[in-house]
Amino acid sequence: MNVIYAILDTLLPFDMFRFTFMKNALLALLLIAPLLGLLGTMAVNNRMAYFSDALGHSALTGIAIGVLLGMENQLICMVAFGILMAVVISRVKAAGSSSTDTVISVFSSLAMALGLVILSRGGGFARYSSYLVGDILAITPADLGLLALTLAAVLVLWIVLFNPLLLTSVNPSLAASRGARVKWVEMAFIVAVAVVVMLSIQWVGILMINALLILPAASARNVARSARQYTLLSLAFSLFSGLLGLVLSYLWDVSAGPMIVLILGCIFAVTYLIKARSRVSRAA
Amino acid sequence: MIRCSLSHVQLEHFTVRRGRDVLVEDVSLSLCCGQLTALIGSNGAGKTTLIRALLGEIPYQGRLSYLDHEGKPMRRPRIGYVPQQLDFDRSIPMTVTDFLLAARTRTPVWLARPASAARQVQALLNQMDVGELGGRKLGELSGGELQRVLLALALDPMPDLLILDEPVSGVDIRGLDMFYQRLDELRQAHHLTILLVTHDMAMVRRYADQVALIRRRLLALGPADEVFNHPAYRSVFEGAQA
Repeated sequence: MNVIYAILDTLLPFDMFRFTFMKNALLALLLIAPLLGLLGTMAVNNRMAYFSDALGHSALTGIAIGVLLGMENQLICMVAFGILMAVVISRVKAAGSSSTDTVISVFSSLAMALGLVILSRGGGFARYSSYLVGDILAITPADLGLLALTLAAVLVLWIVLFNPLLLTSVNPSLAASRGARVKWVEMAFIVAVAVVVMLSIQWVGILMINALLILPAASARNVARSARQYTLLSLAFSLFSGLLGLVLSYLWDVSAGPMIVLILGCIFAVTYLIKARSRVSRAA
Repeated sequence: MIRCSLSHVQLEHFTVRRGRDVLVEDVSLSLCCGQLTALIGSNGAGKTTLIRALLGEIPYQGRLSYLDHEGKPMRRPRIGYVPQQLDFDRSIPMTVTDFLLAARTRTPVWLARPASAARQVQALLNQMDVGELGGRKLGELSGGELQRVLLALALDPMPDLLILDEPVSGVDIRGLDMFYQRLDELRQAHHLTILLVTHDMAMVRRYADQVALIRRRLLALGPADEVFNHPAYRSVFEGAQA
């Protein structure tokens, strides 16, 4: 870690990055932003914004189960419950008996309610409220290591799965006819989303995680024409907002997660206007 | 004459269920090399379900075999598929070239674009007279342009079985005629086995070698004239089709 810190000191000779916790937070964002920026592109393509929101809410139940089991660190429970939730929602959705948003809404509310019931026993929910907005300044080098491993795994997944996922988002039958194992591809993707959402929640918060996943891709979609532009712009927006958000949150002494989301909101507004203008000029 | 590697596709007691519902029941039929089989039936008769099961997308019961000319099962038959008028999110940022490359190569299209693969994709588009579409956004194509891109993709590599699910809905009459003529040329040139789902009975009469009428079960099977005069045909299409 010391080598990395030394490099950061050389590259960023600013007051705010003298503190180790700020260096850690910066590194965390350099890892979380590309994770969410990449996965967000397909989450938006496959209209999964509501699904990932439900996943975020289900983190509460994961934490609660961890607490019930007397675990010091509830992360394993959160990830396991997130994966379970993702798989169950997608299976119920595939069975096609109710509309997708109804299915997701039912699971989302139940998972959140169950978590809140368990965690609020004896009026003790305040202890867990930090999960709602997250605290990126509390991240440790060990947590950074876990995020780095996850980023490496997601990059590999993104190299192997991107083409079949892209085809599936156009038409699953067509993807199947080209040899894609559609169900496995979709399953691997939602499990990746579940893992990344759960690993990031502690740092960016249950209330903000979905915005960080969806907004960079949604903004990129407004202006991108090709798959490459889409991916690279989503990554760029995610990284830019993450870094600027961290700096502003330090300067103004506010929480980083919501600050990043506000910046992403501005980026979305600007790209939306660009899209609207180009439509008008094409029509004229 | 080109001799195809596939002799016929055999469906025996082919059944597809979803939960307690039986969507396709006990269908047995054979699709022969060089022949166009038209799959007809009313909406909801199970045509698209049958195709999705053939593509391996949903599970089925019964037997599905791809046999070569010696009657031995083929290990990996190539299937080309042109879906029903694509109902996809047209705002997905993806060019026609992205789309074709994603279907043909393993190199992720967001990362790199190998020059040789890009040239092959261009050649494919040229073959279908849509060479200028490569840089256009897939969602901005007209119905006819999209169908030609999809047919170009389905024919690369040349498939053993070509499945077309109402491939020309939303295409104008001239485009329709061109599409079927091109299909017929390809069938003769490459001895393609074609399964076509359509509601266009005039085209069925003109181009199909065999017609399968289904309403969950197989109601009639044979040459077009025979099936069109079958009592089941009248009961299915009474007043709906000429």
